[in-house]
Amino acid sequence: MAIPEQSAIILKMPDTILKVENLNVEFDGNKIIQDLSFEIDKGGIVAVIGPNGAGKTVLFRALLGLIPYAGKINWRNDVKVGYVPQRFIVERDLPLSVKEFLGYKKGKKMAEVLKWVGLHAHLLNVPLGALSGGELQKVLIAFALLGNPEVLLFDEPTTGIDIGGEETIYNLLRKLKNEHDLTIIFISHDIHVVYQYAGNVLCLNKKKICFGPPHEALSAEELKKLYGTEVGIYPHTHI
Amino acid sequence: MIDQNLLFSFIAAAAVGAAAGYLGSVMVLRRLALAGDVLSHVALPGIGIALIYNLNPFLLAFVFLFAASLAIWLLEKRTQLPTEALIGILFVTSLAVGIMMIPDLEELGEALFGDISKIDLFDASLAVLLSTLVFAVGAKIYKGLILGTISEDLAVASGIKLRKINLLFLALVAVVVALGVKVVGTLLMGALIIVSATAAKNLSRSINKYAALSTIFGLITAPSGLIIARVYELPPGPMIILVGIGIFLLSLLAKK
Repeated sequence: MAIPEQSAIILKMPDTILKVENLNVEFDGNKIIQDLSFEIDKGGIVAVIGPNGAGKTVLFRALLGLIPYAGKINWRNDVKVGYVPQRFIVERDLPLSVKEFLGYKKGKKMAEVLKWVGLHAHLLNVPLGALSGGELQKVLIAFALLGNPEVLLFDEPTTGIDIGGEETIYNLLRKLKNEHDLTIIFISHDIHVVYQYAGNVLCLNKKKICFGPPHEALSAEELKKLYGTEVGIYPHTHI
Repeated sequence: MIDQNLLFSFIAAAAVGAAAGYLGSVMVLRRLALAGDVLSHVALPGIGIALIYNLNPFLLAFVFLFAASLAIWLLEKRTQLPTEALIGILFVTSLAVGIMMIPDLEELGEALFGDISKIDLFDASLAVLLSTLVFAVGAKIYKGLILGTISEDLAVASGIKLRKINLLFLALVAVVVALGVKVVGTLLMGALIIVSATAAKNLSRSINKYAALSTIFGLITAPSGLIIARVYELPPGPMIILVGIGIFLLSLLAKK
C-alpha cells in the first residue's frame, strides 16, 4: 500500500527531543562550557567530538542534571534518558555479580535486554570485575536499557573492542537505535567512527565549533579550530 | 546472677557484631576501612563527658560520633582537603580532648578497651533494638551505597539520592560504633567493623553472599571471643578481635 502523501510529510517532520540554549558550566571560576546551543531530533545518532578537556563529559553530566549549570536544557516531556558512563575501573575482586548489578535497575526484563545487547546468560554469575572490556561495556549498555529509555547517552564507546565476531559497539548502537527507536548521543575521540555512524556531529571545545551532518560540518578548517592542528582525515562513505 | 550477666553480654556482643559486620561490608568496599577505625575514637570525649556527669555513655558517644560524621559529610563538599585528612584531624583532636577529660585511668581503660561485663538488661535490649534498626535501614539503602561505590554518576543518574543515603549510612555507623564501645572499646571497634568484611570478601563472588558472610562472621566473632575470654580469664575486647583475625586468616587459606 502506498503511503499517503500527507503522512509521508509528517514522517519527515523532525521531532525535537532535546533543545539546549545558552548552556554555561563553570567549576571554581573556570568556564568549562560557554554559550552552547543546539537541538537534537528524535531517532538520530549524534556524535560529540572535541579534544581532551573540551567539556564533553561535563556536557553529558549537565544533560543528566548531575551538575549545576546556567542556561536551558529542555528534554521533551517525560523523556527517559539512559546513561552509559565512561568505562570505569571495577576492582577485580569486587564481589558483585553481573546479575546483581543489573538487578539494581528496575524496569524491563533482564533476559530480554541481555538478548538485545548479545550478552550470554552464562556471564550472569560472573563478578563484574572479571569481565573483559567489551563485556563490561555491554553490561553497562544493558543497565541503561533496563530503564526503558528513549535516549541513550554514551560516554566514549571504546573503539576497536571486539565484542564478539565482527560486531563493534557502534554496530550494536546502530542496531539498538533501529530496532528500539532510540535516540543516541555519544562522545567519541575517533573522527572516522563519526563519519561512519553519526547523522549529526557536535564539535565542542568549550564553545560550539560546529554542528551538522559530518560531511558538511567537519571541514578541514573546523577541525583545525577544534583540535588546533591539521588533522588528516578521509571521509568514509561505505555505510 | 553471673550467668544472667553473661547472657546479656552474649546477646549484646552478637547483635553488635552482626550489625558491625553488615555495615563493614560497605565500609570495606568504599575503602573506608581505616576511616571507620579512626572514627570510633571520636567517641572518647563523649564518654568522658558521660563519666564526669554520670550520663549514658552510649548516648553521648553516639552524639559525638554523629556530629563528627556530619562534620565530615559537610566539609567533604566545601573544602578541597581529602576526606582522610579531615578524619585524621578529627581523630587526633578527639583523642587529645578525650584523654584529658577522662581523669581516672581505670575509666579511660574501660573507654578504650570496653568492658562487656558491665552490660545489663537495658544495654542488651538497646543493642538488639538498634542493631535491628541498622539492618532495616541498611537493607533499604544497600543497593544505592554499592552503586555509588562503583560510579557516583551512574548512581545519581539512576535516581539514587546519594548524598542523603551517604549521611544515613554515616548515622548507622555512628550507632553501631557507639554500641560497640561497651563491647570492645573505642580502640578496637574499628577492627570489629572491618575484619569480618575483609574475611567475607575473600570468599565471595556475589554481593548477597558477601553481605551475608560478613554479617555471620560478625555474629560468630563477638560472642565466641567473649566466651573464650571468660573461660581463660582474658580481657574480652582484644579476644573478640583475635577471633576475628583468626577467621580472616582462615579465609585467606580458603581463597587459595
